Amino acid sequence: MPHISVRKLTTSYGDHKALKDITVDIPDGQITAIIGPSGCGKTTLLKSLNRLIDLYDEISVEGEVFIDNVNIYDPKADVLALRKKVGFLSQRPFPLPMSIYDNIAFGPKIHRVNGSQLLRQIEALEKYIPMNTTQPDGTSPSDESADNRPMDLLVKYYLRLAGLWDEVKDRLHEPAAKLSVGQQQRLALARALAIEPEVILADEPTSALDPISARLVEQQFQLLKRNYTIVVVTHILRQARRIADYIVFLYMGELIEHGPADQVLGSPQDPKTRAYITGEIS
Amino acid sequence: MRRLEERLVKALMIASLSLVLCTLGAIIAVITIRGAPALSISMITEIPQGGYYLGGGGGVANAIVGSLYLSLGASVLSILLSLPIAFALQREYMGRSLANVTRIALDILWGIPSIVYGAFGFIIMVYFGLRASLLGGIIALTLLMLPIMTRSMEEVISMIPLELKEISYAMGATRIETTLRVVLRQALPGIVTGILLAFGRGIGDAASILFTAGYTDRIPGSLFDPAASLPLAVFFQIGTPIQAVQERAYASALILLLIVLFVIIVARLLGLRFSRHIVR
Amino acid sequence: MRLTAFFAIGLVFFIALCLLIRSWPILSDKTIAHLLLSTSWHPLKGEFGFLPFIAGTLEVTALAMIISVPICLLSAIYLSEYAHRRLREAARHVIDIMAAIPSVIYGLWGVILVVPFVRAIGQGLGHQTTGYNLLSGGIILAIMACPIIISVSIEVLQAVSMGLRETALALGTTQWEMIKHVVLRSARRGILSAIILGFSRVFGETMAVLMVVGNVVKMPKSVFDPAYPLPALIANNYGEMMSIPRYDAALLLAALILLLVVGGFNLIAHLMIIRMERV
Repeated sequence: MPHISVRKLTTSYGDHKALKDITVDIPDGQITAIIGPSGCGKTTLLKSLNRLIDLYDEISVEGEVFIDNVNIYDPKADVLALRKKVGFLSQRPFPLPMSIYDNIAFGPKIHRVNGSQLLRQIEALEKYIPMNTTQPDGTSPSDESADNRPMDLLVKYYLRLAGLWDEVKDRLHEPAAKLSVGQQQRLALARALAIEPEVILADEPTSALDPISARLVEQQFQLLKRNYTIVVVTHILRQARRIADYIVFLYMGELIEHGPADQVLGSPQDPKTRAYITGEIS
Repeated sequence: MRRLEERLVKALMIASLSLVLCTLGAIIAVITIRGAPALSISMITEIPQGGYYLGGGGGVANAIVGSLYLSLGASVLSILLSLPIAFALQREYMGRSLANVTRIALDILWGIPSIVYGAFGFIIMVYFGLRASLLGGIIALTLLMLPIMTRSMEEVISMIPLELKEISYAMGATRIETTLRVVLRQALPGIVTGILLAFGRGIGDAASILFTAGYTDRIPGSLFDPAASLPLAVFFQIGTPIQAVQERAYASALILLLIVLFVIIVARLLGLRFSRHIVR
Repeated sequence: MRLTAFFAIGLVFFIALCLLIRSWPILSDKTIAHLLLSTSWHPLKGEFGFLPFIAGTLEVTALAMIISVPICLLSAIYLSEYAHRRLREAARHVIDIMAAIPSVIYGLWGVILVVPFVRAIGQGLGHQTTGYNLLSGGIILAIMACPIIISVSIEVLQAVSMGLRETALALGTTQWEMIKHVVLRSARRGILSAIILGFSRVFGETMAVLMVVGNVVKMPKSVFDPAYPLPALIANNYGEMMSIPRYDAALLLAALILLLVVGGFNLIAHLMIIRMERV
């Protein structure tokens, strides 16, 4: 049973329907790209998956979204636990107004993750993503020094995972705002991962970045998909080609086509999909 | 546990907000309840007769008229000074750094306590050999109202989109022409609101006119006569031990409150009404 | 047109200069330290120790801030972060009206309602008080400071970007946690300047406080003791200013002190907001 199931999801801002009757299953352990022209509801769909659209005043939601068989729009649903399970990366990185270290530690602290749980978290990670692998940016892990506090270890781990450790290891307690945009986005990734989500949602995660940082983030996603379900909104078709395993195509709030990436991108069924992919409509 | 903390804090917040809002209600209620019984036509239309302060007949017309003269006079003077300053702060007339320093100066002037303006006004009056008079009070009040008026005017003027002014300049208009024909017209409702708000502030102030306007039981006949004012009428009447006169203090306070509320409400309504016509 | 700018800037200095010149007689006679720290105030004997008045002003202002700041910040946070837009607008109107109410009316209300209330509490706790004391002054001033603290705080809180709030909430915070760790931290400089502006407002307030604070020249020892703030000193004694030698210089020195303190604090608050906007 797939992790995420969307059933007849309709979201409206007042009278205007941003999403119309969307039904789709998001595959587990793959990178799904939501593509389509601007203003078609891609971001709305993404933000519906972690109830971030609750924040907008005139929004109304019909339909259901099941994550692990629980409808997240049930009035009794635990939104805080949902947001721990489903991590979010926004288009522009917003570093929290605190140090680099505190940015990463923020999530675990908020969710009251204690010391032993942190250690267990790190152990679990080491099994799947061993620290000995050479990171995409070409660096290899330096010698481990004896870190006393579990949180220090955790911060180091996630910064490594995001490919940021070597650049910031000497200034962990400086304000995160001083980092470059590319670094901030990687920090945002590490920060989102630190609460142990099972799903990662990313809203055009590389559109604000220079090509090198963008490539780093994409590589990070490919590494992570082994253990996470990743849903990416992108308006860059080439990016979808590069990293997506599954495609969801939205047009004017409607789900036009979805399927494995080779299928949808290579031989699209619907004329609208074909028009978008060939560049007739953008 | 986390949700509990939020619920607790929220309860505290609502309690605080209710306290603040209810205080306004309490103030208006108390003044109205104590003031209304003593309010009568003669309070508004008559000046104090002999023995007024011992309980005799009369009213506070001297103070009402005095306050109006003071505030109107100060408003006129203030407009003459504020409008040029507010216009001059636009980009076309002044460089950024000079404008910023001016704004800092205006902020400082805005915050200066009214008693300091009164003291300064007093110094000026002594220097010119003036006695406590309508003119002295007007000068002190003008100083008080100037920064308030300038600030509101400047806020509205700076909201005028550059594109609008560019259209005027593109047709060959000079800076002054553009300012008077385009900017002034667009900003007029906001400017009027600013004037009204400053007027409201001025009519209620006591500290600045304490030594500069003097006090009298008569209605001032010239600029050099002393002038009574409502705030001081309240203050002096509440200071007497005689019950009847204290009651009149409440009535005077109610009159002052009503005038101020009226001015504020008119200013708000004007602001709301005209904002529909403004180009955004 | 530039002239207008120089007018405004010049006015500030001119006022300060005039006050300085007129207070010169006692500034040149006694040292600043003596003037500010002596408690001996006997104008007829030529003694002008300002400490009781400075202490009175500082204490009533501090008391007002202690009462006002928590209540105002909580109210502002609620209005900015939790309240419906309509409630926020309605509250704005209420706060604007509160800001416009003349200080004599606050004073009168204080005399009618607050003074008896404080007297009852004070006597209930065993203090001999008429109710005209620091506490009454503090309460009235606290109320008068509310409009400015609340309105500036709401403005700075609203300025915190939506994206930053979303980021925190997406990590699974409750709304309060988001406010506590992210919004308040982001806006802290602005909130500080709101408090400073409130402080300035209260420091120079004359009429309302003079009607309830007691006006006794003594160092207050408890909140149930009367006090004599600087503005009240000036307002109460302007009548005798010209008849006693150097009394006018003393009172105008008091005005100068007020100008410098309030002007200085307003300058700081202004610069803090500017710095915040740049970041």
